[in-house]
Amino acid sequence: MPENAILATGVRKKYGTKQALDGLDLAVPAGMVYGLLGPNGAGKTTAVRILSTLVRLDGGRAEVAGIDVAARPRQVRRRIGLAGQHAALDEVLTGRQNLRMFGRLFHLGKRRAAVRADELLERFDLVEAADKGIKEYSGGMRRRLDLAASMILAPDVLFLDEPTTGLDPRGRNEVWDAVRSLVARGTTVLLTTQYLDEADQLAGRIAVLDKGRVIADGPPESLKRLIGGDRIEVVVRDPASLSATAAVVARVASAEPRVEEAAGRVHAPVSDRVAALTEVARTLQDDGVDVEDIGLRRPTLDEVFLQLTGHKTDEKAVAEKEGARA
Amino acid sequence: MTTQTRAAEEGMGARLYWAAADCWTIVLRGLTHYVRQPSNLAWQLGFPIVSVLLFGYVFGSAMSVPGGGDYREFLMPGMFGMTMAMGFMNTAYVVVYDSARGVTDRFRSMPMSPSAVVTGRGVGDLIGASLDLVVLGLTALAVGWRSSGGVLDTLAAFGLLLLLRFALIWIGVLLGLLVPNEEAAGSLFAVALPFSMISSAFVAPSLMPDWLGAVARWNPVSSTVTASRELFGNPAAVGDTWVEQHALLMSVAWPIVITAVFLPLAVRRYQRLSR
Repeated sequence: MPENAILATGVRKKYGTKQALDGLDLAVPAGMVYGLLGPNGAGKTTAVRILSTLVRLDGGRAEVAGIDVAARPRQVRRRIGLAGQHAALDEVLTGRQNLRMFGRLFHLGKRRAAVRADELLERFDLVEAADKGIKEYSGGMRRRLDLAASMILAPDVLFLDEPTTGLDPRGRNEVWDAVRSLVARGTTVLLTTQYLDEADQLAGRIAVLDKGRVIADGPPESLKRLIGGDRIEVVVRDPASLSATAAVVARVASAEPRVEEAAGRVHAPVSDRVAALTEVARTLQDDGVDVEDIGLRRPTLDEVFLQLTGHKTDEKAVAEKEGARA
Repeated sequence: MTTQTRAAEEGMGARLYWAAADCWTIVLRGLTHYVRQPSNLAWQLGFPIVSVLLFGYVFGSAMSVPGGGDYREFLMPGMFGMTMAMGFMNTAYVVVYDSARGVTDRFRSMPMSPSAVVTGRGVGDLIGASLDLVVLGLTALAVGWRSSGGVLDTLAAFGLLLLLRFALIWIGVLLGLLVPNEEAAGSLFAVALPFSMISSAFVAPSLMPDWLGAVARWNPVSSTVTASRELFGNPAAVGDTWVEQHALLMSVAWPIVITAVFLPLAVRRYQRLSR
């Protein structure tokens, strides 16, 4: 296994007139979860489809597990697993039948495919549901079975394209736990997501994609530091006191405070954390403002994205995508 | 374990072995569907069986067969032909289903033989079509249909019906790759129905308006149905046009032409998925 499980340099891909990837550079060290973060249309899925040999690249070069994806796709396919945006399962079959079928198509042979199916059902906590049809599975169970199917050959590199889109919080946690246990066994994971907390939760390194190229990358912590330090955040009970609170916060803040009226929240970046916190807390108390919560927090990845791209993550597109799926 | 597998997968012989093994795995998948969802077969056969009852008994007394003969005898091979003709919708539906759910992409990201997805589909569909013919044949026997041809002729007639179904698999695969979703695949019914009905399946083309009769005569379904009627020894109402006189020849020629045109198109479309 080379040092980088995935190495892409200047990868380009055009669909019609749209430049989906515009010189993508990526170096994913072996054995970690690497998050590709970006809104719809940023090129995340195209990147995964090229790296998993589904789509040919127009230009540049990409290697997975040290093998050129364009020149030797068959060899790459023996070393990768792919779990796409849908649970790619045969819904008529049972969970066990699905895993056995995919095992045989991975050329394990009938016996080993059966043994491997049992192992994976055990590992992904699906033994009880093993002989039920997929139609009876919850969203989280489907995604877990989908992950299991992508793990049949114990791949060096696993591609997870938005693995929790459309799942409820419980299903999302189930998938996150499954991913963590895979990484503990040494698999390299390339995870795409538009859920910023998901990248924050799982990834050791994150690349932020915008318009087909990487605009920032690094550990989540350093990305957050990149856009400035901690923020002070105050939540008040009475919306009428929001503007007075904002004024107090503005005195210690290093930038204009942001006011979220619906949440009753005021927040702003601060440089001298503790002094700012004590100052604001004391002033608000003296002024008799009814404070529900006050504290310091690191910026969210939403804010990272806004800072890096100058535009917001496209919530409308996200909502449409989820609507189409429901 | 993987090094062994890798070594075993080099070479032409190994490739052919895996192409066949993977094809069989896909066929088994299709057969498992029948076991797990017997109701699918019921749906698939419901239409022709209801048609048998409607045309045989409701409209049957008003139907006439040019040249004489019992209408239900005439109808049954038409029913077999119609079922084969409409089978391409099942093919299209499964292809759409697999690509809409990412199953096709999963297959394509795996080290399996790329041809197996299509060959497995083809073999599986032919097995399914044979099942259809068995059930329909029994239904036909129950309503009094008989083949007066010899054993070989009778088998040849069923062979021609399956040959038509085989050719239409490639149209089904192509359409399945072209339509965006399962709902759109369902609307193919609007194409499949006239395709199978504007033929000699239910009514002799000579009884239709001239222009429609010409369309019906040249419909590949007509050639297969007429040829199988002749082989079954059922009334065939063969007109004197060239295409009707050469039904047996055309029932072989049409499927060859259809396959020659649509198999490459389907393969090319499949390869274009990686564009």
